[in-house]
Amino acid sequence: MIQLNVNGKAVKADVEPDTPLLWVLRDTLQLTGTKYGCGQALCGACTVHLDGAPVRACMTPVSSVIGRKITTIEAVDSGKVGKAVQAAWRKLDVVQCGYCQSGQIMSAVALLSHNRKPSDADIDSAMSGNLCRCATYVRIRAAIHEAAKALA
Amino acid sequence: MSEIVIENLSRRRFLQGGAGLTLGFCLPAIAATTLPAAGPGKAGEGLAAAVNFEPNAFLRIGTDNSVTVISKHLEMGQGTYTGLATILAEELDADWQQVRVEGAPADAKRYNNLFWGPAQGTGGSTAMANSWEQMRKAGAAGRAMLVAAAAKRWQVSAADIVVRDGVLSHSASGRKASFGQLAEAAAQESVPAEVQLKDPKDFRLIGKQAKRKDSSAKTNGTAKFTQDVFLPGMLVAVVAHPPQFGAKVKSFDASRAKAVKGVVEVVQIPTGVAVLARDTWSARKGRDALSVVWDDSAAFKLGSAEILARYKEMAKKPGLVAKQTGDAAQAFAGAAKVISAAYDFPYLAHAAMEPMNCVVKLAADGCEVWNGEQLHTGDQYGLAHVLGLQPEQVKINMLYSGGSFGRRACKDSDYVIEAAQIAKAIGGKAPVKLVWLREDDMRGGYYRPLFHHALEAAVDGSGKLTGWRHRLVGQSIVIGSPFEKMLVKDGIDGVSVEGAANLPYAIPNLTVDLHTPTDIGVPVLWWRSVGSSHTAYSTETFFDEVAAATGKDPVALRLEMLANHPRHAGVLKLAADKAGWGQPLKAKAGERRGRGVAVHESFNSYVAHVAEVTVKKDGSVKVDRIVSAVDCGTAINPDNIRSQVEGGIGFALSSLYEEITLKDGRVEQGNFDGFPLLRIGDMPKVEVHIVPSSAAPTGIGEPGVPPLAPAVANAIAAATGKRLRKLPFNTAELVA
Repeated sequence: MIQLNVNGKAVKADVEPDTPLLWVLRDTLQLTGTKYGCGQALCGACTVHLDGAPVRACMTPVSSVIGRKITTIEAVDSGKVGKAVQAAWRKLDVVQCGYCQSGQIMSAVALLSHNRKPSDADIDSAMSGNLCRCATYVRIRAAIHEAAKALA
Repeated sequence: MSEIVIENLSRRRFLQGGAGLTLGFCLPAIAATTLPAAGPGKAGEGLAAAVNFEPNAFLRIGTDNSVTVISKHLEMGQGTYTGLATILAEELDADWQQVRVEGAPADAKRYNNLFWGPAQGTGGSTAMANSWEQMRKAGAAGRAMLVAAAAKRWQVSAADIVVRDGVLSHSASGRKASFGQLAEAAAQESVPAEVQLKDPKDFRLIGKQAKRKDSSAKTNGTAKFTQDVFLPGMLVAVVAHPPQFGAKVKSFDASRAKAVKGVVEVVQIPTGVAVLARDTWSARKGRDALSVVWDDSAAFKLGSAEILARYKEMAKKPGLVAKQTGDAAQAFAGAAKVISAAYDFPYLAHAAMEPMNCVVKLAADGCEVWNGEQLHTGDQYGLAHVLGLQPEQVKINMLYSGGSFGRRACKDSDYVIEAAQIAKAIGGKAPVKLVWLREDDMRGGYYRPLFHHALEAAVDGSGKLTGWRHRLVGQSIVIGSPFEKMLVKDGIDGVSVEGAANLPYAIPNLTVDLHTPTDIGVPVLWWRSVGSSHTAYSTETFFDEVAAATGKDPVALRLEMLANHPRHAGVLKLAADKAGWGQPLKAKAGERRGRGVAVHESFNSYVAHVAEVTVKKDGSVKVDRIVSAVDCGTAINPDNIRSQVEGGIGFALSSLYEEITLKDGRVEQGNFDGFPLLRIGDMPKVEVHIVPSSAAPTGIGEPGVPPLAPAVANAIAAATGKRLRKLPFNTAELVA
């Protein structure tokens, strides 16, 4: 039994230690907002925060996150940056299919948490690990600027 | 196979009106007499269970004042839930805030695509076009019944009642009521035989900014995709698939797989060996621990290079004529100049972010499916066939789909049937969620077909383009599928030559012919914009070469030859105008810049893109800006049109560097390292301009894709003088 801190709560999971955090979140804890896209940290759909920093849950063994603070899309609105990012995403209707957007939002929140006024280049660099096959990139950029404005 | 014709109940006729053309769709014979029996909703039908007003199959108004629009089409990102709801809510005069959307079940009697005859499904950018009148009438009928109920209750004339933003009011008496307050009474009214539709000048939602209905759920993690379905006792299945198309299981040893904690069962199915476990990770570990011996005696073993070489050989001889105008032979015989070029297009994977998956639960009297369902009727029949059921015993729940780009509308129902085979192999003792890992998805076939094109143009002594020959070689998507009768004429698969056979330019002598190889065992499928994904490239880059060879401006020559195609000309002029066509581009030292244009019609929508590119010394290409103009008839939701064109541009831009290749029949790519998708840093600035139109709406999910690649290629040619005729681009050709 592995004990984890997910979204501010202590939770237990009866899983093998090599299980990626992604599948513990999805299959064991049924926090399904975090998505599977590639299993090799190539697409970013599984992005969650580990002590506030974005990580790819699909390549993060659950044994390596014991005692760390894990935040998923389901609780990202507990902070003002998360709220602002979600509001900007809704305001600009960023989403299309939506499958990658949890990961996009987690990366955007991580960016804005340490850089309140990112340039296009900062955005492109921070978001480069998050693929969107619908190519909502124009609006992702715009929504990050929008959230930055709201947070200023 | 036999053709079935859906019966015309009076209400159906009313709802369907005269909308659209109806084409035959052929279904397996098992189903010929047994379409699902569910009829259209009757007024008041919902009363027994819950107090709801359901004037028709597309609308439900609750006493809680909720307005639920039932979408017969899949929401896969293209905005169809929002679009369909916008149309219905407009005629209903609902308040946009009270409107929500629910996916329809598989039920072709109520929810068929009016352009596909008796089949329900989403594709060909038809959702808005086929539903336009249907959804308007559905909304107007609901409104009329609410008005009739209010008139009765208030003892006033229906003509004096005003409906606005979900409220009915009568100014003389000062009475007001919400939809919810009238729902129960409206359910007792009879469905009107005829309804009055709004004058477009009175539209309050259509053409305005109706916010997406799925934005909240898709930004807080609550949107439900197939991957997110969990049922009590459900097992997750991961499958070992053969390494080549057509290979089969010879034998397998499951002992190591069964030793993996969490693995419950290992079963052989027609498409491989499935490992079922309590969770996805255990199923994957089990799958990786399997040892399978494959029988490759019937496998397809050619590589892409050999396929292409074969196609080039075929292209030396004439194919079946798809289009003939005038006398091309004569034009070429008398030409002062002949220009020729050949083009190669690779297999492409759809690579939707949500890999294919499907949940199947078997019961004694049928089966229930959860899926990002794009081809309801085809999948219903396919499942019925393998499970020995009648189609109406297959209940399909349509969930959001994490992209598709055509992949989930599989003509063979491949992954859906695989899920059912697994459930069947374990005797239905547990619900099964089939999960394809990214590698299964990328190597699973059903690609955009590999194509080779050869083009020739004849120019006469006065510099006029007088002849055009276009030969295409590539697999048919449609032959052998239920769509064959609808789309294949005289051996020509219409989707192989769409965009080529209907070239809009007024060229007096034109021949388009097609070779359709039938011995290539790579499964192929529609990939966002289908035939136009390759025909727009060859026709629009080749036309540019003709312009260059005759010393004409690419926009001017196009306009000159589009005199009979005002909608093509309209978008072309608008895009060129907004892009500042003809104005010089500034380039930094060591960089080359260029501007290129392309225009293309697909699915009755017209799009022109102007691309601006920078080519560096090392040959790398940066697309700086795209200016687009689109004409898709009445713009139901302009912001969604812009969104789809932005996305279509990114999708097409990505394809400039994508390629699925085979070696000895094995797919060489497995994940996003080998098949790199466009990332945010490569997304250009995009401007989308919409041509104002009162024509009936056409689609926008696909039409933004085709003209993008040729516009970029033409811009590269303008910058460098190099014509790229092979996709994916080889930028080594552009090194200065």
